[in-house]
Amino acid sequence: MNTEQIINNNIVNLGYVIAAIFFIIGLKRLSSPGTAKNGNRLASVGMLIAVLATVLGNNIFGWEWIISSILIASIIGVFSARKIQMTAMPQLVAIFNGLGGSASGLIAAGELYNLIEANSEIAKDTTITIMISTIIGSLTLTGSLIAFGKLQEIMPTRPLLLPARNILNIMLILALIFSAIWLVIEPSYTPFIIAAIIALILGILIVIPIGGADMPVVIALLNSYSGIAGAATGFVLENNILIISGSLVGASGLILTRIMTKAMNRSLLNVMLGGFGVEDGASAGSGEEETRPVKSIQPDDAATILGYSESVIIVPGYGLAVAQAQHQVRELADILKNRGISVKYAIHPVAGRMPGHMNVLLAEANVPYDELKDLDEINSEFQRTDVAIVIGANDVTNPTARTDTSSPIYGMPILNVDQAQSVIMMKRSMSSGFAGVQNELFFLDKTMMLFGDAKDSVENIVKEVKDL
Amino acid sequence: MIDFEILIISITIFVLAIFIGYEVITKVPPTLHTPLMSGSNAISGIVIIGALLVAGSTDGLIPKIIGSIAVGLSVINVVGGFLVTDRMLSMFKKGNDKK
Repeated sequence: MNTEQIINNNIVNLGYVIAAIFFIIGLKRLSSPGTAKNGNRLASVGMLIAVLATVLGNNIFGWEWIISSILIASIIGVFSARKIQMTAMPQLVAIFNGLGGSASGLIAAGELYNLIEANSEIAKDTTITIMISTIIGSLTLTGSLIAFGKLQEIMPTRPLLLPARNILNIMLILALIFSAIWLVIEPSYTPFIIAAIIALILGILIVIPIGGADMPVVIALLNSYSGIAGAATGFVLENNILIISGSLVGASGLILTRIMTKAMNRSLLNVMLGGFGVEDGASAGSGEEETRPVKSIQPDDAATILGYSESVIIVPGYGLAVAQAQHQVRELADILKNRGISVKYAIHPVAGRMPGHMNVLLAEANVPYDELKDLDEINSEFQRTDVAIVIGANDVTNPTARTDTSSPIYGMPILNVDQAQSVIMMKRSMSSGFAGVQNELFFLDKTMMLFGDAKDSVENIVKEVKDL
Repeated sequence: MIDFEILIISITIFVLAIFIGYEVITKVPPTLHTPLMSGSNAISGIVIIGALLVAGSTDGLIPKIIGSIAVGLSVINVVGGFLVTDRMLSMFKKGNDKK
């Protein structure tokens, strides 16, 4: 290595440190809605610095390939970021996770090719890291594609349970370990390709048994994987900025995964084993037919109750987003506020299809973020609230989760909707939620059911409140 | 044994970065979890650097093809990720009516 190269390397590494600082401050600024936008922009500047340092500090051959690739990809990136519907954010993040994972896998493949063609002896730790990077990258790619398919409902969202899947998985994992050891002992293409293919298959098998309701956990986990794949690539290339950024993302994904599993009161293992909602649904269905009466009301009744109350908490669930009723709900909140009524939103961590999804959907409908309250903040307020109005949410309001130890959702943190003075439950039908459990809330004296499409119902309530 | 030394340094950085990530990110409120995911996702597009190094390392055709595809995939991740996060965060507004 000559002097010029050493100086270059130092400049590159200095650039990387600056980029890392930008990433960390950027993420830190994401902790408050007021500074978050700035934080995201700081992080993107960090990325630019890292790329410039790399390009300027290394001899890069063959610009035409790289530039055309960057151009095409930028167009795709800009287009998808602009056009994506907020309800489809989980799909977009799933695809992006997959892209990151596959890039890591390809880099490992390219590096292995370079090393083998150079005919020099390959260090053991390099082959180990190449292997790890390839395996995590491949898993992330196919896992994300399946998650995308389920979210987009191209594939059945219910859990697909293959017969003998446990034995199949164990056999594949053993074969994977075997080919990994083979590659480390004798670096060549065959074990690499075998390992990559097995990891691709495993990615599919891991996500396929997981039901649609558990997708938030899966996306958070794949997010973490895409970060760890990046960090593994950093080990392959001995590149610190890849290791640092990859770890930051990996940690972020893991934290979100934990928050999600906690909000469902399930262990990660339990989610990954899958099948949730299949067995439970069947057992609930085999029970006695529901015959208890419920109180059913019309939009004008709901309007009277809401219009003459003093405080209202709105509990939105994914059903609200499916009905595209966010804007109507915000309109309802606005007229209620004009009548001097206090309105807040209670957001359960699993409302929506990815962590924080419901907040984005409501923000899109111009609901101010300081009205969006999470579980811990709002739960003590229900008992002081006149009306709780539940729109398209179900399991997260089921009081059984507090009391009935035999219930599949027992122990899941819920919103204490049942403690409000009265409850308006907007639903399409009496059907049970994802967990397949009947919601005891429906049968309380204080609960009124308003059946129908959420959007139409809220629209009608708005009209009626205006006429009060 | 120089390789081994580098590996230890890498592991040190890896572990410390995970701790920083954990400390910084636990403070992000649930309201911002979706932007956090898409933003951190864009950051994981940092593999673009690895892709650039592979694509630009030699004039060999195979690394060129593999590297350029990897560059493209990570650029989509970076550009799309940061832009969509920016778009989302622009929607978050504070209520300026009473209180």
